[in-house]
Amino acid sequence: MRKIAWVREGLALLICLIHVLPFYILATTSFKAHDDFSSKWVAPGYLYLDNFVNAWREAHLDRAFLNNVIVTAGSGLLIVLVGSIASYPLARYRTRLNRAVYGIFVSALIVPPLTILVPLYRFMVDIGAMNTLWGIILLHVTFSLPITIFLYTGFISSIPFELEEAALIDGAGRFRLFYLILMPLLKPITATVIILTCVNIWNDYQFSVFFLQRSEMHTITVALSGFFSQYNNYIGWVAAGSFLGAVPITLVYLFLQRYFIQGLSSGAVKG
Amino acid sequence: MPILDRARAGVRALVRLIPDRWRHSPVWLNLLYVPALLLFGVFILYPFIRGLMYSFTNWDGYSQTYKWIGWSNYRRMFSDPDVARVIRNTFIYGLGSALFQNIIGLAYALFLNLNLRLRGLTRTIVYLPAIISPLIMGYIWYFFFQYHGGAINDIVLLFSDEPLNLLGDPDLNVWMITIVNTYQFCGVAMVILLAGLQVIPKDFQEAAKIDGAGALARFRHVTWPLLAPAVTVSVVLNVIGGLKLFDVITALTNSGPGYSSASLSTLMYLLYFGRQDAGYAATIGNLMFVIISVVSFTILFYLKRRETPLA
Repeated sequence: MRKIAWVREGLALLICLIHVLPFYILATTSFKAHDDFSSKWVAPGYLYLDNFVNAWREAHLDRAFLNNVIVTAGSGLLIVLVGSIASYPLARYRTRLNRAVYGIFVSALIVPPLTILVPLYRFMVDIGAMNTLWGIILLHVTFSLPITIFLYTGFISSIPFELEEAALIDGAGRFRLFYLILMPLLKPITATVIILTCVNIWNDYQFSVFFLQRSEMHTITVALSGFFSQYNNYIGWVAAGSFLGAVPITLVYLFLQRYFIQGLSSGAVKG
Repeated sequence: MPILDRARAGVRALVRLIPDRWRHSPVWLNLLYVPALLLFGVFILYPFIRGLMYSFTNWDGYSQTYKWIGWSNYRRMFSDPDVARVIRNTFIYGLGSALFQNIIGLAYALFLNLNLRLRGLTRTIVYLPAIISPLIMGYIWYFFFQYHGGAINDIVLLFSDEPLNLLGDPDLNVWMITIVNTYQFCGVAMVILLAGLQVIPKDFQEAAKIDGAGALARFRHVTWPLLAPAVTVSVVLNVIGGLKLFDVITALTNSGPGYSSASLSTLMYLLYFGRQDAGYAATIGNLMFVIISVVSFTILFYLKRRETPLA
C-alpha cells in the first residue's frame, strides 16, 4: 500500500515537471546573454539582466502596464455594476419579457464577438472610440455581460425571497431592496465574476490589437507583439518581455489561487 | 448637500405624478437592465446587422462609398480553396483541442481525486498556463518550435542531422498550435471535471463496491454518467475557445506559411487589415458566426440530452 502511495506522488511530481517545462525554457532563454549560443535546456551559469532592461525600455512596458491596469480596473468596476443591477429584475420577476431579455443575453455566451470585427471596427471609428481607453473598456464590458448576467441571475435566483419580502412589508421601495438587502449577499459571486472576466480582459489581445493601435495606448499584449515583430532576432529580449508580461497575473494567481479555482468550479457546476 | 436634496425631492415629486396602482409595480425594476441592453444593442446587435449588410458589398474598409454586389462574396467564399483549408484548420483547433484537453483533463481530475499529498501543487501548476495571455503562451512555445536553436530541435539533432520544421511545414504547424492550446487549457477541463467528481456522493461508489463492481465498472456505470453535467460544460467551453483561436496562431505562425495555419478569425483579420478586403472579411465573419453557433449548439444539445439527473 505504501509503495503505491509513493508511486502516485512520483507521478504527480512528473506531471508538475512536464507542465513547468515551458516556464523553465522561458527562464533560461530570458536570462541568457545575446552571444551565448548554448542550448535552451542549459541554464546560464551567470546572472545577466540586460534582456529585461532592454525589453522593459524598448517595448515601453511601463506605459503598457499602466494602460492594462486602467482598462482592467475600469471594465471590472462597470461589469459588476451594470451586470448585477441588470440581473436583479431578470432573476426576481420572470415575466415573459424578462425571460426573453435573459435569453438574448445568455445566447451571446456561445457566439464570440470576434465575428463582428469588421462592422465593429467601422463603428468604433465613427463614434471616435478608436485608440481610446474608454472605447475598449465599453467593448470589454459589453462582451463580458453575458457571462456576468448568467452568473448573477443564477445566484440571485438561489437566494430565498423571504428577506426581501420582509423588507417590502416594512415599506422599503423595490430599488432599495436591491442595494440594502441583496447587494451585501452578492460578495462571493462578485469575486467569481471579477476573476472570470478580468483575467480575460487583462490578457486580451484580439480586441486591443484592433482598437488600440496608437503606441501610447498599447496594452501589454499589444506592446509585446509589436516588440516581437521588431526584435525577432533578439530572442532573449522577446523572452524577457514575455516573462515580464506574465509575472503580474501569475503573482495574483499564486496568492489568490483558491478563489481562481473556486470561481471556475462554481461557475461551471452551476451552468 | 442641498443640490442632492433638491434633486431627490424633485424625483419624489415626479414619482408622485405616477398613479398609485402603477407606482408600486415591479415593472419599474426593468429599468435596471436598460444600461446592459443599451450596451448590447450598440456594440453587438447594431454592428452585427451592419456586418450582414457589408457582406453584400465590395467595401474596402475605409472609403465612404461601396457597391452592392449581391451574393458574389458568398459565391467566392464557397469556391475559395484557402477558405476550405481554413475551415478545416478551425475544426482541428476547435474539436481537436477540445478532445485532447478533455481526455487529459479527465485523466488528471481522476488522478487528483485520489488522496494525494501533492494534489494542491499539481492543480496549481497545471492550471497556471490558463491564466496567462495566450499570446505570451505562444511566444513561450516559439522557443520550443524554432527551427534553429529551438528546444525541441536541440533534442531532435541528437538523433538526426535534419532539424524539424515544426512551424513551417503546413502538415505540422496546425497540430503544433493545437498542442499549445491543449497544454494551456487542459487545466480548465481538469478543474471543472474535478469539481464535478467532488459533488458525486461517496455512497454511490461504496454501494457499487459492495455489489462487487471493479474499478473500471464503477467508472463506467457510476462516475461517468454522474459526471455528465461537468463534461458538458467543459467540452462546450473548450470547443468555443478552440473555434475562435486567434492569439496563439498570431504568436506562432501569423497564419503562415501562406494561409496554411490560419483559422477563420485570423483569416478575417488578414483580409481586412492586410488586403483591405472588408466586404469579404465581413462575409468570413458571418460564416464564422454560423459555424460556431451551429457546432456549439449541436454539441450542447447532444451532451445535455445524455445527462441523467441525479435522483
